[in-house]
Amino acid sequence: MKIEIKNLGFSYPDGRQIFSNIDFTIEPGRVISILGPNGAGKTTLMSCIANLLKPTEGGILIDGVPTDKLTPREIAKHIGFVPQTIIPSFSFSVLEYVVTGCAPHLGTFERPKQEHYDIAMQAIKDMGIEYLSEKSYSAISGGERQQVSIARALAQHPSIILLDEPTAHLDYGNQIKVLRTAKRLSEEGYGVVFTTHNPDHVLLLDDQIAVLNRQGKLVFGTCDEIIDEEFLCNLYGTDLRLMDIEEIHRRICVSPRI
Amino acid sequence: MRKHYKTTVLVLGAVLLVSAVVSLCVGRYSMNPADAISALFSTISGAEPADPTMNTVLFVIRLPRVLAAMMVGAALSLSGAVYQGVFKNPLVSPDLLGVSSGACLGAALAILMGAGIVATQVWAFVGGILAVLITVLIPKLLRNSSNMMLVLSGIITGGFMSSFLSVLKFVAKEDTQLEEIVFWQMGSLNGVNNAQVVTVGPIFIICIVVLLLLAWRINILSFGEDEARTLGVNVKLIRGITIACASLLTASCVSISGTIGWVGLVIPHLGRMLVGADNTKLMPTTMLLGAAFMLIIDTIARAGTSLEIPLGVLTGLIGAPFYAWLLYKQKAKVQ
Repeated sequence: MKIEIKNLGFSYPDGRQIFSNIDFTIEPGRVISILGPNGAGKTTLMSCIANLLKPTEGGILIDGVPTDKLTPREIAKHIGFVPQTIIPSFSFSVLEYVVTGCAPHLGTFERPKQEHYDIAMQAIKDMGIEYLSEKSYSAISGGERQQVSIARALAQHPSIILLDEPTAHLDYGNQIKVLRTAKRLSEEGYGVVFTTHNPDHVLLLDDQIAVLNRQGKLVFGTCDEIIDEEFLCNLYGTDLRLMDIEEIHRRICVSPRI
Repeated sequence: MRKHYKTTVLVLGAVLLVSAVVSLCVGRYSMNPADAISALFSTISGAEPADPTMNTVLFVIRLPRVLAAMMVGAALSLSGAVYQGVFKNPLVSPDLLGVSSGACLGAALAILMGAGIVATQVWAFVGGILAVLITVLIPKLLRNSSNMMLVLSGIITGGFMSSFLSVLKFVAKEDTQLEEIVFWQMGSLNGVNNAQVVTVGPIFIICIVVLLLLAWRINILSFGEDEARTLGVNVKLIRGITIACASLLTASCVSISGTIGWVGLVIPHLGRMLVGADNTKLMPTTMLLGAAFMLIIDTIARAGTSLEIPLGVLTGLIGAPFYAWLLYKQKAKVQ
């Protein structure tokens, strides 16, 4: 199972182009961090991959089959999407929310049965949040909600999980937790794609990265190949330092001053 | 929550049954519950009526009215729950897309043309459905299929229909036609007969079955269009079917009872307090609640006072303060 992004481009109906000629492949067991300044089109790119927006050029192939030949349900069996958290208008319990992840595997008039509640409960256990299962989704914290959303994507049994800015609105501890989850999911065999504003997240994960710049061009490769000081300074248009810290055996990205 | 559900449904079912028996027995011609029940069973089994007068009151006057009250209550509440789910807004009522104002306009036109009761009801139904079609058409013309556009379009259609209705009221003959239109607007089940119940019966059953089958999908729609789509739901199709069924139900209700407000807004809230937001449980609960509520209110309306109070007035008088109380009870959750 792999998802190929082929020559992808997106322009608004008024002709404003967001990005073009984007090529990369999402593979199981890898984490791709999508990096880019505000307005570069990261969320638009994610929305195209998640089948929420129709790309204006090129396309997306799931195991060689273009997504416009697949129904939303077939796509949803392969691609799980964790949106930037929205609070539902009604207070569903966490279990009721997570079980909706089984939707692509159920017929239109079908309802979840015990086996689907079991799948949902397993996903909740995998995220280590059993204690939340009976709580109201609208009454838990932002970090918890993020974990619940990921649990729902797991209940979907996809091959690839997309996370749109999963660390936004989270405190530092919860941000690290999300990164750890992303890494764990990739180790379990999922392909993981997420967008972030923090270059240090990319260094922490140390896997593949896709960088979208303001001109709508994408650079794809591994973290080691692409990230250096000059690259980061150009990308964000500010003075940044990349420092090798011996005690933790990794590079970190910091701003020297404001 | 899941454990409460069965008990809640059983209790509500029992309440509904008792209310139905009581409602059959009370009124200007009151009867003994045991006699009424035995008359019901003996007639069903084909025996000669023991008391013809009682049988006439029971089968020609009371039974259709009791059935109609339960149907209208259940259908308005269910439509309300569906609209609230689909539009992800707990403050939405079945009138959102202009069904009620369209139906009123249709009925008023029929009254002005001197049509009879049956024709007036048909016109009301047609008016209600036409209003929804116009509401759905405007976003299509503007090539914007968002929920917000649909809601705004509903406001436009509803507003236009109401204004047109005012024009009709202005030209109506004061002591006959105007009175009839106003009475229609206030809603009543007075004079409902078996034929009406049987005519709208199939529409009710089909729409209710379809909506119950789609209950779980409505949960997903209530998370928003994007989330539903990434879960593989055909948003346009499911939204189209559910809105069509809920609108048909509402139009059928208005055609037999006139406009009755508040029920579709308040009852789903009460249902959510009892069994939570999951529509697979909420929908049956809200139907039972709505049926019982409407039946009790209608019984009060016809038997509680010597002159019959219009139903829509009573639902407002009871529904509005009740809604305030509900909001007070769940104030922690409303943002």
